[in-house]
Parts: sequence; C-alpha cells; structure tokens
Amino acid sequence: MAQSVFGRQLNSFISARRLKTSSLRRGRLIASWLFPLPAILVVAVMLAYPVGYTVWLSLHDLSPFNLENPEWIGTENYAALLKDTRFHAALERTAYFTLGALALQVALGLGMALLFNHNFVGRGVVRTLFLLPMVATPVAMSLIWMLILNPVDGVANWILETLGLPPQLWLNSADSVLPTLILMDTWQWSPLVMLMILAGMTALPHEPFEAAAIDGASWWQSFRFLMLPMLRPTIMVALMFRSIDCLKTFDIIYGTTQGGPGFASETLNLYIYKTGFDYFRLGYAAAALVVFFTLVLSVSLLLIILRRRTEAAA
Amino acid sequence: MRSQNPRRERAVWKRSLFYLALTLLTLFFLFPIIWMAMASFKTQVDNLATPPVVLFEPTLENYRETFIRNPFPRYTWNSFVVAAASTAIGVVVGAPAAFSIARYRQRGLAVVILAARIMPAISYLLPWYILFLRLKMVGTYESLIATHLTVGLPIITWMLIGAFEELPAELEDSTLVDGGSILTVFLRVALPLSAPTIAAASIIAFIFSWNNFLFSIILAGAATRPLPVAVFNFVSYLNINVGGLAAAATVITGIPMLLALLAQRYIVSGLTMGAVKG
Repeated sequence: MAQSVFGRQLNSFISARRLKTSSLRRGRLIASWLFPLPAILVVAVMLAYPVGYTVWLSLHDLSPFNLENPEWIGTENYAALLKDTRFHAALERTAYFTLGALALQVALGLGMALLFNHNFVGRGVVRTLFLLPMVATPVAMSLIWMLILNPVDGVANWILETLGLPPQLWLNSADSVLPTLILMDTWQWSPLVMLMILAGMTALPHEPFEAAAIDGASWWQSFRFLMLPMLRPTIMVALMFRSIDCLKTFDIIYGTTQGGPGFASETLNLYIYKTGFDYFRLGYAAAALVVFFTLVLSVSLLLIILRRRTEAAA
Repeated sequence: MRSQNPRRERAVWKRSLFYLALTLLTLFFLFPIIWMAMASFKTQVDNLATPPVVLFEPTLENYRETFIRNPFPRYTWNSFVVAAASTAIGVVVGAPAAFSIARYRQRGLAVVILAARIMPAISYLLPWYILFLRLKMVGTYESLIATHLTVGLPIITWMLIGAFEELPAELEDSTLVDGGSILTVFLRVALPLSAPTIAAASIIAFIFSWNNFLFSIILAGAATRPLPVAVFNFVSYLNINVGGLAAAATVITGIPMLLALLAQRYIVSGLTMGAVKG
C-alpha cells in the first residue's frame, strides 16, 4: 500500500520531469528560431534578395528607360564583358592595388609590431594614437590627402624638396596614381595589421625563445625560424581581412581621382559604379558585379582554407 | 676598459635607431590628422604659404564659414540620425541572433552574416537602388538606415557571439533550473553581463555608419545628405577654401576618432569580427 503510493508519486514525478524536459526541448526549438528570426529576415531581404536579383539582372538588359520591363538577353552581358578592354584593365588595376597594398601593409605592420613588442615610455599612448587612421572618415581624409599631395603647393612636395628629393605628381599622373593610393591605404590600415600581429606576438610562449637564446641563436635566427612560423596564422588572418577590403576599395579612390587621371585608377569597384550609376547600364553592371563578388568570395574562401591549413600545421 | 666601450656604444646606437624609427612612424601616421587640424585654424593666406606656417594666430573663421554659412549642422544631424538608428536596430536584431548562435551553435547563420561583411557593398547597392527607385524611396532616411544596417549588423552580431560564448554556462543553467525561461536568461543574464561588449560594438557600428560613403552618395537626397557626401560636394564648389574644407573634415573625422578612444580596447576585435582579441 505504502509502496504503491510511493510508486505513484515516483511515477508522477518522473512524468512531470519528462513533461518538463520535453517542454524545455520544445521551448528550446522555438527559441532557437525566434531569437535569430529578425536577423534572418534582414539577411533575406537586405542581402540574399539583392544578390539573387543581381544574378537575375545580369541576364537582362535594363536601363532607367525600361525599368518596368527588363529584356531577357541570356549571357550576352557576360560575352560583352569578355571583350571589354576597360573591364580587363580595371581587373588588372584591382590586382595591382591589392597586391601592392597587401605587401606594403604586412611588411610595415610586421616591422611596427616588432618595435611595439618592446617596452618604451609612452607605448600605450602611441598605440592608442595608431587607432586614429583606421577610424578617420576615409572620404574626408582623402580630401585632406589631395591638399597635402597637391603637386603645385602641397606640403608633401615641400617636404621632399627640403630633403633634397625630386617633387612628385602623386595623384595627378597616370604613373604614380596607383602607388599613391596604395600609400594612402597603407596609412589608414597598416596600424590595424600591426595591432593584429602584435596581439599574436604577445600571445606567443616564451620558452622556445629562451631556449634558442641559450643555444646561441642570433636575433635574426630566432625571428626567422621561431617567431615568423609561429605568427603564420595571425598573418594569414590579417591577409584575409586586408585582401577582402583592398579588393573592394572605393572611398579613397572616388574621393580623390574618381578613377582618373584618364582611367589610370579605375579599379573594378569604380568601373562597376560608373557603369551602373553614371551610365545607367544596369544589366551590364550587374554582370560585372557577379564577376566581382565571385572573385572576392573566392579569394576569401581560398584564404580561409589556407589559414585552416597553417593552423593545422601549427 | 676599452673592451667595454664598443658594446655600450652599440647599445646606444640601437636605442637611438629604435626611437628614430618610432618617431618617424608616429609622424607619418599622425601627420595628415595634425595637418588637417592645424589648417582648420589657419587663415587662407597662412594655408597657402610656402614654406608652411607652423606658428600662427588661430582663427575660428573656417568653422564659422562651414557651420554657419553652410548647412553643415543639418548634415551632421543627418549623419547622426542614420548612424544612431541603424546601430540601435542593429543591436535589437543582432543581439538575440548572436545569443542564439552562441547557445545553439548555429554556425551556418553566423557564416551567412559574415558573408555580408565579405561581399562588396556595391553588389547590394545596385539592386537596392532599383528597388528604392520603384518604391520612390531614394533620398529617404529609411533607405539610408536600412542600408547602413547591413554595415553594422555583422559587426554587432560577431562581436556579441564572442561575448555570449564566453559567459559561464552554469550561470545560464542555474537561471533555467530556478524556473526562468530562456528569454529571462537572455534579458537578465546574458545582456547585462555583456554590456561592455554591446557598448563597444555599438560604438564601432556607429563609426562605420558615420564613415559610410558609398551607400549615402547614391541613396541620400538633398534633405537627408550625411556628412561624408556633403564634404565631398563641398570641394567641388569651394575648391580653394583650404581652411573651410579642413574645418569640415576635422569635425567629421573628430567624432569617430573620439568615439574610438572610448572603445579603444575593442577596436581591433571589432574590425576583425572578433578574430583577434586586441
């Protein structure tokens, strides 16, 4: 008798628990959908739909004159892109700008991180000040750069002349415009690369370096054979972020040259912008866009895979 | 005695070279900002002088020119409205998503939101432009806020995923055992404990909306024009007014620079979507 009451109680306790866990599980399922629902909607409406629409649009002829009834032309836009020399030149300039900026920023960032890895008076303050270029409104800074780099009365040429160096045409010559833009991008972003690498350096273990010092390794040997391989994953992350953004650079180019002089600084982003919003060849711009974002996505995917590999190796 | 000297000499040399490199680098990275700030307080005569004038009598005339004789207060307000609204919506939308991603391991959703950061912004802009043209929404605050949301949302979500993942699971579980719902865990435990990261993420999202140029130059109208577009247009009709341009640029860049100082420990992590802890 007593046992069966206890048994009943036990049974009801167990079923209550079961009920509780199942309702918990259902609550969990609902929560796991409800919490991200607004974000899913934003992504669907603001990001997925436009990308799908761009792909659809790239197979059509569309201008403001036939906004209501775009004409299906199949892959004609893509065929035209293959023959478009201005598009090819823009592609080359994008590669040149990206590779140049990456090389300079990683080299400078690594060098600066080595400097900042030492203790010195005012280290914290200088480190904080180095945050300023990356948050200063790029288009405003590009206008300031135009004044500084003005070939006639800019302060940059005055400094060069004072040092006994020849003045430059900077943004005003087809030969020097891309290197100058790379320099501007380096000014803005190499501090970020430096801070990323510095964070990686700070996290490195001390023991291997102490062991190397005891074994009589030179500074260069311990940098080249210890630090650099251990920093590989960090440098890969920096490369990933910088290459994604360099490929897409717009503000500092449009803010200064708008692609000029001539087409000398017209990168892919600029070319697509002009095709779409200046010439209103919307379908053609969409086809160029599909090529552009496929390129950016492939490069980032490649770097993500490479990074996984360096991490697995390390 | 002589044998000790070369070593000490080398150390001194090294030390001087170290500080020389440091000084040159600091000069390079601060020069445009210092030059801009100085030019904003110079008269046009001082600004055009060669060699450049370092000691000068500061004037506020450039700021008066920019903010009283030009509608820059209006543009500043526009920038503020768009950045504040898109950031606020970004937190309201991004925080629960980040919580769910962290708690239920929804990696797929996290990757999709990251893809928004990787994709070139212009690939959204073209379809939006056509869509907003059809809806007659080009030039409205709504179109700007909606597009700027896609700048802030990935930053906010990814920074908060990191923060929520670091919360001790026991804390959340004990709230559930005490009879609280998962919503209570989110509102009463996760959000308050992550307040510093939420503040930092909001600051960084605000900065990136404030700095955005590409969306605004296409979608803003005369009444909704934010600062980066306004200063860009300023150049074309006041080509030679160096001081006025410098004053406008100083104010535009000054605000994100001050905000960055407030969130300085988080800037690197925010710019790398939490990949690097600064």
